[in-house]
Amino acid sequence: MNGHWLKSSTLWRSVALLGVIGLIGAVLLMWRAPIAPIERPSGFTTAQLQRGARVVEAGDCAVCHTRPGGHYLAGGLPLVTPFGTLFSTNITPDAQTGIGQWSLPAFERAMRQGIARDGHFLYPAFPYVHYRRMSDADIADAYAYLMSGPAVQAPAEQNRMNFPMNIRPLVAFWNLLFLHGEPMQPDTQRSEAWNRGRYLVDGPGHCAGCHSPLNLIGAEKSAHYLQGGSVDGWQAPSLVGMGQRANPWSREQLLGYLRAEVVDGHGTPAGPMRPVSLSLARLPVSDAAAISEYLLSLEGPQTVTETMPNTATLDAATRTSGALLFASACAGCHGPAAPMRQIDGRPPLERTSALHAASSRNFLKTVLEGLPATPGSPGPVMPAFAASLDPTQLAALAAYLRHQARPDQQWTDLSSTLEALRQDSQ
Amino acid sequence: MSQITLNVNGSAQPLDLEPDMPLLYALRNHLGLNGAKYGCGLGQCGACTVIVDDQPVFACLTPCAGLEGKRIRTVEGLGSEANPGPLQTAFIDKQAAQCGYCIAGMLMRAQSLLERNPHPDEQTIREYMAGNLCRCGTHLRIIEAIKQVADRKGSLT
Repeated sequence: MNGHWLKSSTLWRSVALLGVIGLIGAVLLMWRAPIAPIERPSGFTTAQLQRGARVVEAGDCAVCHTRPGGHYLAGGLPLVTPFGTLFSTNITPDAQTGIGQWSLPAFERAMRQGIARDGHFLYPAFPYVHYRRMSDADIADAYAYLMSGPAVQAPAEQNRMNFPMNIRPLVAFWNLLFLHGEPMQPDTQRSEAWNRGRYLVDGPGHCAGCHSPLNLIGAEKSAHYLQGGSVDGWQAPSLVGMGQRANPWSREQLLGYLRAEVVDGHGTPAGPMRPVSLSLARLPVSDAAAISEYLLSLEGPQTVTETMPNTATLDAATRTSGALLFASACAGCHGPAAPMRQIDGRPPLERTSALHAASSRNFLKTVLEGLPATPGSPGPVMPAFAASLDPTQLAALAAYLRHQARPDQQWTDLSSTLEALRQDSQ
Repeated sequence: MSQITLNVNGSAQPLDLEPDMPLLYALRNHLGLNGAKYGCGLGQCGACTVIVDDQPVFACLTPCAGLEGKRIRTVEGLGSEANPGPLQTAFIDKQAAQCGYCIAGMLMRAQSLLERNPHPDEQTIREYMAGNLCRCGTHLRIIEAIKQVADRKGSLT
């Protein structure tokens, strides 16, 4: 029977035909036309540039498109992904190395479809899956702002992507699976602030890029929208059900936190959230308030609540060692009588999100890296303890402080997380 | 009290210390190395900065217990009054000290930068030094001094 079919010339012809159609389809899918270069436009109104500056800030463009010590928006920041290392590109209006020859339609195509002016596919680390949901007006304003800044000559660094992800046209298949969603329409049942908040979170702010878990090929798992992800070795906590946790967030707390303040009961943004919150602090307060309103309206999934309490008898040696370490390394700022608590708002550690989290990771990362001093930014500054405390000391300190915050629930991941962090740092 | 051996500026120093004692007290009170200063005691000013292995640390917040087997360097290890090291010479050339209280910390942080990156540009220097404060306001001379070493040929070590 099979032999009969295999010999059938009709079958072979059909297979060949399908193959040719598939090939043409693939080529069509993976080929995009260039858009003609233009002279760098000018003559935008001041009002448009001011609006554009806000959009660029809300979109966190500079957070990735500026490398430490580099020119504003001239790119060069390495982004380490599971698929290799990418370098952000120059989005200043330099004709050769930036986007100076891009027309508005070319810019809009990049923002909505992830295609560069010359037709090559951009990697989805550039969050066009979110930017495509932005309004036409915001995209045009951002374009005006970007085109009006100083042009910086800064050629793109060579990406170091692993096979097969180093073949850009393959992104076409990724897009086929994950590129959908249209510009957002307001939900008339909800307040204006709620709608603004949702727009900022899902559009320019692209919060889900870090705060949603990613699947095996680096796309956000939409079924777990904003339920927590990871970035640069930090945990990006879940943003759903924030008002219903053991240490719940109030709207005022979240508003302050989003604007990089130190918030009693939670702490202050550290790690990759710090530059994001500094961006938000430069926007009108109404924007962070809108984000707070939207996020606190998101209800958590009905999970089997928290893990079983493991009523923790912290062993005496760890308690003593942790208490001594706290006294010598932390109490100057975080101790009950510390002047830094009175005059500069340093939080009591037992009331921080990091010590209430299910995993010790963000606490350990904060102690290891601190909050670096940024020239031109008022702080707060926390020293990095990576070179001051060894892993044994860190573990004792973490266990001791966790016991203060959650006596009913020890961290069970301490040694494995410390080991993972040690390997990351090498 | 416990017996802790600290390796400071290349020599092993057995000491009887409380294990949680900050390194700064051991250096100043037990070893007589008074270069590193007590400023704020909070890791906010940098006057106590020393180098552990190749990292700048705030000695006021670093407990001695974890430092056994590590290489601790203080400003006394960079050179002497008669024979100052290259970075110290640059600080003298540029007259970078006013009251001088922050300078030992400034030198050690700058030293750790130049060992890792012998020719940093000014922006890099400014960002790296941001954790160390000078109340007199000689930052510009301090940056000039670091640049003098950064701009020369060859490396510091």
